[in-house]
Amino acid sequence: MPKNLFQKVWDDHTVRQLANGQTQLLIGTHLIHEVTSPQAFGMLRDLGLKVAFPHRTFATVDHIVPTDQFIEPYADPLAQAMMDELRKNCAQFGITFFDRATGKQGIVHIVGPEQGITQPGTTIACGDSHTSTHGAFGAIAFGIGTSQVRDVLATQTMALGELKVRRIEVNGKLPPGVYAKDVILHIIRMLGVNGGTGFAYEYAGSTFDGFSMEERMTVCNMSIEGGARVGYVNPDETTFAYLKGRPYAPKAANWDTAVSHWKSFASDPGAPYDDVVKINAADIAPSVTWGINPGQGISISENIPSPETATSADDKAGIIEALAYMKLPAGAPIKGTKINVAFLGSCTNGRLSDFQEVAKYIKGRKVAPGIKAIAVPGSQIVALQCEKLGLDKILSEAGFEWRAAGCSMCLAMNPDKLIGDQLCASSSNRNFKGRQGSTTGRTILMSPVMVAAAAVMGQIADAREVFSVTQN
Amino acid sequence: MALAKITSVFGRAVNVPGNDIDTDRIIPARFMKCVTFDGLGEFLFYDVRKQLDGTEKSHPLNEPRFKGATILLSGANFGCGSSREHAPQAIAKYGFKAVIAENFAEIFFGNSTTLGMPCVTASREDIAKISAFTEADPQGEVAIDLVKLEVRFGGQTVKIAQRESARNALVNGRWDAIGELIDGLPAVKITAGKLPYLAA
Ligand code: SF4
Repeated sequence: MPKNLFQKVWDDHTVRQLANGQTQLLIGTHLIHEVTSPQAFGMLRDLGLKVAFPHRTFATVDHIVPTDQFIEPYADPLAQAMMDELRKNCAQFGITFFDRATGKQGIVHIVGPEQGITQPGTTIACGDSHTSTHGAFGAIAFGIGTSQVRDVLATQTMALGELKVRRIEVNGKLPPGVYAKDVILHIIRMLGVNGGTGFAYEYAGSTFDGFSMEERMTVCNMSIEGGARVGYVNPDETTFAYLKGRPYAPKAANWDTAVSHWKSFASDPGAPYDDVVKINAADIAPSVTWGINPGQGISISENIPSPETATSADDKAGIIEALAYMKLPAGAPIKGTKINVAFLGSCTNGRLSDFQEVAKYIKGRKVAPGIKAIAVPGSQIVALQCEKLGLDKILSEAGFEWRAAGCSMCLAMNPDKLIGDQLCASSSNRNFKGRQGSTTGRTILMSPVMVAAAAVMGQIADAREVFSVTQN
Repeated sequence: MALAKITSVFGRAVNVPGNDIDTDRIIPARFMKCVTFDGLGEFLFYDVRKQLDGTEKSHPLNEPRFKGATILLSGANFGCGSSREHAPQAIAKYGFKAVIAENFAEIFFGNSTTLGMPCVTASREDIAKISAFTEADPQGEVAIDLVKLEVRFGGQTVKIAQRESARNALVNGRWDAIGELIDGLPAVKITAGKLPYLAA
C-alpha cells in the first residue's frame, strides 16, 4: 500500500502503543537551547534519571545571547545564568554543545541543518515551536514542551498521537519579487492560524521542487504559525546535495547507502492524504501582515482591512482588536505606513541566501534617516559566509548594523528590543502583541527584500518598485 | 510513579475572554529568563494585567472577587503560538487547575495535559453561561466532570469535550507519560538498533 513520508517515518520510529492509545515514538535527534532545557534537566535530577542517548542530543545557545557583546559575563545576569546552566548541563550529561567558542553557535534551527545533523527520514524534537523547520529535509520534526524535553532526555522517546496529513501543492513559477516567505504567509492567510491543528503539512508541487533548501526551510519554519505542528518537503537531489560533506552527514562509503535509504522515505505516488490543497504560484504576491497574528496578512498592494469587511463576528472583533493595537487606519493602503525599525534575521530568514538577496538590491542604497536597521545572521557560520562575500560591508554601508548570531529581535529576550510603540518591518515569524520586546511594540512580517525596501523608504513599500525587480 | 487520577476539578471560575490568546500574552518572553518554573505564576498575563509602571490595569484576574479562582475560561484557539511550557506552567503556578475554552492550540493542549491540568472544550454559548454564572456569583462552585464530560454550576449542566487519549490519561492517572516511557526503554533500544542513523 502506498504511504506518505509522515507514515513511513512514523512507522519506523514507533516503539510501542501506550495504555492511553498514544504511541511511544523514538526521537532520533534531539536539539536543545538555553530557554526550554534548564527546567527539564532540573526535572531529570529530581527524578534521579540519566540522559539515555547523550550522543543524540545537541545543544546551542540562541535566544538570550547579546548580538553586540562578545565577552562574558553578559550585562544581563539572568542571561548569564541561563548560559551557565546550559554549559553545566551539557558537561554533566555528556552532550555536544555548539557554544560560541566553537564557531558553530547559532539559532538551533539553523545549526542543525548546517551541521548535517538534520537528515531525511529521521525524527527530530526540540523545545521550540519552530522545530518544524527541519521538515524541509523530509524529517518529521516536532516542537515540544519542557516536560517532553525531559521525556526525550530520559528515554529518547515521547508519547504522541498520530497526525493527519494535508498535502499543500504549490505549482508554477513565483512572480518576480515573490519569495518563499510570501508563499507561507499566503498559505497561513488562506488556511488560517489554526487551520493546521491536528495536521502535518506536506509541501509539494513544482514550486517546492524548484526551491533551494533554504527556501524550503523558510516555509516549513512557519508551519506552526498555521497551527500545523509538523511541516515537511519530500527529500530529493536538492536535499542530498545540500547535505553532502556536512560535518554530521554520512561519509565516503556510507554516503550512497544513506542516499538510497533517504530516497525511500519520499511519499509514494498515490499515497493517501487526509486533505489536499492546491495553490497557483502565480497568485502569490509580496505579502505583509497588518495585524497581531501571522494569518492577518495582505499583499502589498491591498488595503488594510476594515471591520465592515469582516466575514463573521469573530473576524470583526479580531480586526478591531488588531487595528487598535497596530494603530493602523482601517481601509487605508498598507503601503506608505511609516516604520521605525527594520529587522533582518531569525530562523525564518536569517540564512546566507536571505542576506545575499538583500545585498543584491541594497548595494549602493541607504537606509532612510532615523530608521534603526539591524541585520542578524542566524549562525556564526552564516555570519562568516556573509563576511567572506563582503555582504556585511554592503549592508553596513547601506546603514544596517551587522550583528553577531542569535535570535535577537525576533523575540527580544536579549538586549535587542523595540521601544514604546515603534513599528518594525521584520523578516521574523511572529507579530504577536509585545513579541519584539516592548509591550506596545508593533511588528509587520515580510520577506527580507521587503524589509530592505521598507528600510530604504522609511515606510512599508513594494520592493518590486523600490528596487526595480524584474526577475528573480 | 503513581499519579493522581484526575476525574474532576471543582472550584470557582474566572473568564478571560478573547480568541487567539497566544503564549506571548500568557507569559511575555522576558519572564522566561529563568532556570526553574517556580515563581512564573505572578507574571501570568502580565502585560495585559499591569501598566508599564507596575500598577494594575482592569483585567478579570485583578478583580478581588475572582481571586482564588481555579478554573480559567476563555475563547477559541487558546494557547496558540509557542511550544513553551512556561505558558501552561504560569497558569498552573498561578493556581489554576483546569481551562475551559472553545478549542486549544495543539502543543499547549499537550503540555497542559502532561502537567495534569485538564483543558476541555465547550461551545461558546455554554462558556458564556458559565461566565454569566460566575459574574453573578463569583463564589459559586463550578465542577468539571471528566468522566461524564460535563460541567455543573448553579443547577445547570453543559456538555464538554476532550480528546479521548488525554481524557483517558487524566482519569487513569497516566497524564505524565514518563513512567511508562521509561518502562519501554528495552524496546526503545531495539527500535533504535534498526535505524541506520542511530546505529553509528
Ligand atoms: S529566531 Fe525567533 S522563532 Fe526562531 S528560534 Fe529564535 S526566537 Fe524562536
